[in-house]
Amino acid sequence: MAGPNSLFGPIDPATDAGYVDAPPRMGFFTDTSVCIGCKACEVACKEWNAVPDDGFDLLGMSYDNSGELSANTWRHVAFIEQSAPPSEAALDVLREAERSVSTQFLGMPSSTLPGATGREDRDLRWLMMSNVCKHCTHAGCLDVCPTGALFRSEFGTVVVQEDICNGCGYCVSACPYGVIDRREGDGRAWKCTLCYDRIGEGMTPACAQACPTQSIQYGELDELRDRAAKRVEVLHQRGVPEARLYGHDPTDGVGGDGAFFLLLDEPEVYGLPPDPVVPTRDLPSMWKHAGVAALTMAAAVAVAFLGRRP
Amino acid sequence: MSRKSEPARAGNGHRPQRKGGGRGDRVMVPPADFRSYYGRPVIKPPVWTHDVAAYLFTGGLAAGAALVAAGADLTGRPALRVTGRVTALAALGASGYLLVKDLGRPERFLNMLRVAKPTSPMSMGTWIFSAFSAAAGVAAAAEVAPWLPRDGAVGLAARALPAAGRVGGLAAAATAPALATYTAVLFSDTANPAWHAAYPRLPFVFAGSALASGGAAGMIGAPVREAGPARALAVAGAALELTATHGVEHRMGLLSEPYRIGKAGRLLRAARLLTAAGAAGALLGARSRVVSTLAGAALLAGSVATRFGVFEAGKTAAEDPKYTVVPQRERLAAREGA
Repeated sequence: MAGPNSLFGPIDPATDAGYVDAPPRMGFFTDTSVCIGCKACEVACKEWNAVPDDGFDLLGMSYDNSGELSANTWRHVAFIEQSAPPSEAALDVLREAERSVSTQFLGMPSSTLPGATGREDRDLRWLMMSNVCKHCTHAGCLDVCPTGALFRSEFGTVVVQEDICNGCGYCVSACPYGVIDRREGDGRAWKCTLCYDRIGEGMTPACAQACPTQSIQYGELDELRDRAAKRVEVLHQRGVPEARLYGHDPTDGVGGDGAFFLLLDEPEVYGLPPDPVVPTRDLPSMWKHAGVAALTMAAAVAVAFLGRRP
Repeated sequence: MSRKSEPARAGNGHRPQRKGGGRGDRVMVPPADFRSYYGRPVIKPPVWTHDVAAYLFTGGLAAGAALVAAGADLTGRPALRVTGRVTALAALGASGYLLVKDLGRPERFLNMLRVAKPTSPMSMGTWIFSAFSAAAGVAAAAEVAPWLPRDGAVGLAARALPAAGRVGGLAAAATAPALATYTAVLFSDTANPAWHAAYPRLPFVFAGSALASGGAAGMIGAPVREAGPARALAVAGAALELTATHGVEHRMGLLSEPYRIGKAGRLLRAARLLTAAGAAGALLGARSRVVSTLAGAALLAGSVATRFGVFEAGKTAAEDPKYTVVPQRERLAAREGA
């Protein structure tokens, strides 16, 4: 139930929301060092969740034509081309991931012909990352929702009930990651549910199921955090010092993300905020300031009328 | 952990130049150096339309007018009381229409009443608005008493109405300050960096704006001999609005910039002129109904411009990733340095 850390600080969100004997908190660990940019996650998500198309746009942003997470894009693969040549170590990590793909794989985006073997001569570093709702421990969208349409599931995830949402749009402005959005023509807010319908049945979310390189890993959050810490250590040892975790820390501004990442550059390069904070952290102080302003109003009215009898 | 310092071809190209550059912008934050994903916004722009900006004004006007009406009722100023009550009711009607219209699913507006949620300023605001509406509705309804027959059952109701109106009017006045200031919390409790950073100041901007517009309504609707307190409130509200807005425009570093440039900058500059002129008119035109009316109109227009300016600043801040990334980077650097 609600406690001193209900608005900010490390907590178990399902217990804080009132669940008794909640199952373990579930989440995603998205390891971008093995993302090959295949977009199977985007497609699987759309298929399973019956998410409508978001138009046919060529954005001119590398291979990214969906642009951002939105009401109609619940997994989004970012493509970043950097002029710095990739380190051999980072490339080896990727090639290993490629080899692990069992189905016929058409190859990474590359500067050589499809099917060419051997070391690629390129002066280009390609970063790919499958972005998703973070299912924050302290979720701004959930905090501000005035209808109760957004709720905390027993798995610690954050889900919208589409039969309740009245499209007020408050959650859209409250998300520090720019994830949730209102769908045009529908009027309601939509985002990743972490496949609430699948995980309740013990199944893996569609995106993680479809990911061919295990860049998207689904599981108990505690276990994923251990796995991620070890993965960073391995990468550092293998000569990829730029590997770092994002959203894994329960003491960060949102109490840690239920969906966290291993990145190869600064978060903002991927379109992520470098130090997100849940807006509701400051809510008590906001109400105090509003209270003082309200008292100021009342005092002004009293003075204006008491001072002068007609 | 190493930090790559070499610039990247993409995902990094966004280095915005200074915008605006008007004479007032001499003291500028140095051009921000930061990285982003193709210059795309990090947060989503507000999906709210101008209906919400307009509601900020009508809600504030309703609150200010209800306070004026209650004061007028208690101090025997009938014309000012009627003006206040009728203005509050009209502004409430507009508010309800604007709020429902802005929903993605207007037919589901009653879903707002299925929970009372302290972490949601919109939920709290819904209950404040509902309580205020009921009370202000009774107060305004009481003003029809003089036109009702004095006999029979209707006459009984007509004789009970003034007392009920006073109770309703006082209840409305008791909730009015909350109605006028919760909207500041509503805007601040977002990830929008310009709105969030303004949270210590925005309630005072909105409180001042509500008092100024409520006083202005009194100056327009009541004869000058009754409108003295309304004038005083209009001037006090204008002063509060101008002072607090100045802080928002200049005391928040990079996050003040969205309030000074573009559409928001133009609106807030217009608001400053209109509010200052209205306050001057309220002071100088105490004996002239014409000057009072003109001053009141200027104050109302100034209040509208302030609300729309604050709204537009949030849109500006959401569209450029620098307002999200740079302050967060500075925060991280400060923490690492500490």
